[in-house]
Amino acid sequence: MTGPTITGWGRTPVSTGRLTQPTSVEQVAEALAGASSRGVIARGLGRSYGDPAQNAGGTVLDMTAMQGITAFDPESGVVTALAGTSLGDLMRWLIPEGWFVPVTPGTRHVTVGGAIANDIHGKNHHSAGSWGRHVTAMTLVTPANGIVTVAPDSDPDLFWATIGGIGLTGIIVDATFRMHRISTSTILADTDKTPDAQSVMDLMTTGDADYEYSVAWIDLSSTGSKLGRSVLDRGRFAEVDELDGDARHDPLAYDARELLKVPITAPRGLLNPLTVRAFNEAWFRKAPKRHHRRNLTIPAYFHPLDMLGNWNRGYGPAGLLQWQIIVPFGAEETMHRVISELAATQVASVVNVLKRFGPANPGFLSFPREGWTLSVDLAADVTRAGPVLDRLDRWVIEAGGRHYLAKDSRMRPETFAAGYPRLDEFRAVRDRVDPEHVLRNDLARRLEMV
Amino acid sequence: MRDAFGAVQSVLVLGGTSEIARVTVAKMVRDGHTSRVILGVRRPDEMADAIAEIERVGATDVSAVAFDALDPEAHVAMIDGLFGEGRDIDVVILAFGVLGDQETFESDPVAAAQAASTNYAGAVSAGLAAARGLRAQGHGSLVVLSSVAGERARRSNFVYGSSKAGLDAFAQGLGDSLVGSGVDVLIVRPGFVHSKMTAGMDPAPMSTTPDVVADAIIDGLAHRRRIVWVPGPLRFVFSGMRHLPTPLWRRVSADA
Ligand SMILES: Cc1cc2nc3c(=O)[nH]c(=O)nc-3n(C[C@H](O)[C@H](O)[C@H](O)COP(=O)(O)OP(=O)(O)OC[C@H]3O[C@@H](n4cnc5c(N)ncnc54)[C@H](O)[C@@H]3O)c2cc1C
Ligand SMILES: NC(=O)c1ccc[n+]([C@@H]2O[C@H](COP(=O)([O-])OP(=O)(O)OC[C@H]3O[C@@H](n4cnc5c(N)ncnc54)[C@H](OP(=O)(O)O)[C@@H]3O)[C@@H](O)[C@H]2O)c1
Repeated sequence: MTGPTITGWGRTPVSTGRLTQPTSVEQVAEALAGASSRGVIARGLGRSYGDPAQNAGGTVLDMTAMQGITAFDPESGVVTALAGTSLGDLMRWLIPEGWFVPVTPGTRHVTVGGAIANDIHGKNHHSAGSWGRHVTAMTLVTPANGIVTVAPDSDPDLFWATIGGIGLTGIIVDATFRMHRISTSTILADTDKTPDAQSVMDLMTTGDADYEYSVAWIDLSSTGSKLGRSVLDRGRFAEVDELDGDARHDPLAYDARELLKVPITAPRGLLNPLTVRAFNEAWFRKAPKRHHRRNLTIPAYFHPLDMLGNWNRGYGPAGLLQWQIIVPFGAEETMHRVISELAATQVASVVNVLKRFGPANPGFLSFPREGWTLSVDLAADVTRAGPVLDRLDRWVIEAGGRHYLAKDSRMRPETFAAGYPRLDEFRAVRDRVDPEHVLRNDLARRLEMV
Repeated sequence: MRDAFGAVQSVLVLGGTSEIARVTVAKMVRDGHTSRVILGVRRPDEMADAIAEIERVGATDVSAVAFDALDPEAHVAMIDGLFGEGRDIDVVILAFGVLGDQETFESDPVAAAQAASTNYAGAVSAGLAAARGLRAQGHGSLVVLSSVAGERARRSNFVYGSSKAGLDAFAQGLGDSLVGSGVDVLIVRPGFVHSKMTAGMDPAPMSTTPDVVADAIIDGLAHRRRIVWVPGPLRFVFSGMRHLPTPLWRRVSADA
């Protein structure tokens, strides 16, 4: 077939599908009914790095035209939004009313549907869990049962298969979820610089409970005495009386703008071990050793990358990928081995993040669980990274860990299956609502889920 | 599906006993985790050892199917059938071919036509059928083993050379027809390769090995290239050779 070339945020792998933009539930149902053997998948804002929101040879439903809020209770903060609504719009509309999204990833350009399908987590996972915990109901169109409303107590299996189910259990049309009450749009942030990974992990273990939000940036390009040095950023929303005089007049002000776009695809080799090291060095030096009670805006604290539009082009024509894993508490030794191996092999790039997760939710394929998560950026033309990551994959699996599907574009089917022991339960639910496997994406093909 | 580094999960080789293909597949399996390999060969029941060897380096699903370049009806049905099973094939390699002997061909035109049918017509039907399957699938690559012999016909092997020239032109056009389909065609133009095809022959200058050709194929796939020459500098040699005056070309090509 001929159609647009579709990729994830990493701009790799590439496939071609039929892209349509439904504007109603009826059109969604028609797309499922008229599917070819190559099937159908929903797509949000395409912010997953790999291939879950594309479907080679089949149909891709761009859900972003179905957007907006259909119900909102200003008392409880419970909102119903169409699945194509972006978290950025929710923020724009509801922050002035004193409500923040319950969970935000490192970009606000994701949809409610994408947030559910990857059960996204943010800097508050240790205090608030992932996105699925805040959802009270959703409307799905499924191949076998048509339009259904699911809630944790009505059809818990379908509900928890859909949370983190990468779009394979139905097309989400809308969702109802609880927003998070805030009195100001200012974050009170504390920054602590630490010399190595163990000290940042110690700080998080002892201190994360005092903060709503916590995440560490970790340098994966320095070795020796600088190995694993980190900058820990933690914070919470300020109360009105904690603001400066001027800011108190408009405590919920919110202004999110893109400062510039990366206009063209960067040349090959712009990010090489030398420039990566220089960037990491600058970042680490820039951070104060200890700087507490800084006032930051929501975009500056949560979405600094969004200030640079389509920054993914900065990685050159081959694109980029991410590798995000978790190891459970008790497997710290594995995390240290992973960190030193990444530093020794110099495959990682600039945006590398370490975080401590709280308890898991019942999502069958939900990624977060108690433990340590590490997220690493890589340029895809560094093909020597392939064997390095294969080796690290084995360590992660041996330690009882797993990989985040929203970031993956290269793991092996057996690695995926080993990390997600509830895959068979997921399959059973999927087979009930989609016996003919109409819902398909390239990720499911690659990981042998269909 | 291919992954972000271009590694291939499943491959179909037409001409599965080719030495170049054998080395390529072994590398794909060993280094790129290719798990599914289908070998299209004239005698599938004689493939037990070859299959065991590919499994030994790590593939989990290896099989042999009947493929004869000279039987287009049967091979088109076979290729359609494979794609119709609903399991994706990431890469199809056209590796079959016969070199033959120019002197024999000149005294046996029927044998010459058969070689041309194998190298050219067989690739036309197999290539079109594979392209149709890949196109419907929305992704994939077709690798075509062309040859520098097709760049400019030479006295000593122009039957073979002309069949490769036809194949090369076909592959270029097929690649153009697939623009926008998610599928691409990789044309491989090796010089003299030490394989069973050339066993006992005097190597031409800049001769190479199946191992080097295999690396070039894998690298070309990963970078989605359109044409690769093996070894690489042959590209420049032939851009010169193409423009040599005929008398001079006759001399140069007779010596090489
Ligand atoms: C800069 C950056 C930072 C990020 N930081 C984080 C982070 O901190 N934490 C985190 O968890 N993730 C993070 N991510 C990943 C991102 O949050 C997820 O990939 C998210 O799912 C993207 O949402 P999307 O709307 O773009 O969905 P897409 O990427 O378009 O789709 C993702 C999946 O959702 C499914 N889907 C989308 N809409 C629907 C629907 N209506 N019905 C059914 N299925 C649907 C698709 O089929 C697909 O499987 C980050 C990504 C980027 C680019
Ligand atoms: N070697 C070189 O110098 C060189 C240079 C440039 C290009 N090439 C090309 O590269 C490709 C692979 O060559 P190679 O070096 O690997 O040689 P090879 O080992 O001889 O492989 C060629 C294969 O083609 C198969 N074949 C011949 N006729 C067939 C038919 N009618 N149907 C199905 N299969 C048939 C043969 O299979 P059987 O086992 O059934 O005989 C043989 O295994 C060929 O296209 C060749 O022209 C080779």
